[in-house]
Amino acid sequence: MSNVTYVTDAMNEARGLWTDTRTSPPIALSDIRKWAMATYWPETPPKIYWDDDYAKETRWAGIIAPPDFNPFAWMIERPKGTGIPQPEKPDGGNLTGMNGGQTDTYGVPMRPEDVITSRSRLVDWHEREGRLGWTLYVTSEVEWRNQNSDLVRKRMSISVRY
Amino acid sequence: MTIKYKNIEVGTELPEWSRKTSFMEWNRYAAVNEEFVPFHMDDVAGRAAGNEAGAFGMGNLRYAYIVNALHAWIGDEGRIHEVGCQYRAINQKDDVLTVVGTVTQKKVEDGENRLYLDINVTNDDGQTTCPAHAVVAIP
Repeated sequence: MSNVTYVTDAMNEARGLWTDTRTSPPIALSDIRKWAMATYWPETPPKIYWDDDYAKETRWAGIIAPPDFNPFAWMIERPKGTGIPQPEKPDGGNLTGMNGGQTDTYGVPMRPEDVITSRSRLVDWHEREGRLGWTLYVTSEVEWRNQNSDLVRKRMSISVRY
Repeated sequence: MTIKYKNIEVGTELPEWSRKTSFMEWNRYAAVNEEFVPFHMDDVAGRAAGNEAGAFGMGNLRYAYIVNALHAWIGDEGRIHEVGCQYRAINQKDDVLTVVGTVTQKKVEDGENRLYLDINVTNDDGQTTCPAHAVVAIP
């Protein structure tokens, strides 16, 4: 078993603890429309994302955002990272990072004028020798809620650091 | 289109959903997601990141395509409950990405009629670029 670890004391202390929340600006109709246009381009996106008269007649009773919509894009005040402590090499050298994947579980849809809050926490990790050398796999959780405290999305993600 | 739970069986295939992707798609996504990462925008940066072909597409856009494919199938009266994926092979310029999937389970859960699917995003060569799973709820 290797004596190397990229796990820091700060990570151990932070495991399971939620970070401070960050808050999105109110979601604008135009934000939703542009997101839908970009992700569906060159196809016209579904009317549920831009046609209020149509959307009112659906089960959602109004325009909703696509599930993958990000209300935290284009923030004026930019938080540095998620507030979760990051792993480090013992010698202080840089680690390379990759997105190992994610699972999103959805609650209520996001709507125009919603204000979304986000908080994060370290859940778990493991280290092993991989094809790229000593590799750390970190699982994190991110939770989004709207202004009514309704769950919008829970994300479990794995970051790969080597 | 609104599909009905009673008409879906284990083994039912998700209708294929495809997009040819390059800078026109990546730039639009970068603009809305504020994802201006050099190797998604510039060939020199892409090569410096280890991709000989230059700039390459973002994983988040492939995730969006999975969501779009599911929405196209279940319609506005359905609900996407969960999507999970891993980002594997690189999305090169002019790749045609296709979302494919198969229903693996159906069950009533938390008051919803839910379908579980295995999903993949393949490229022109049929290569897996984003193995995934999804759970949707339909009438």
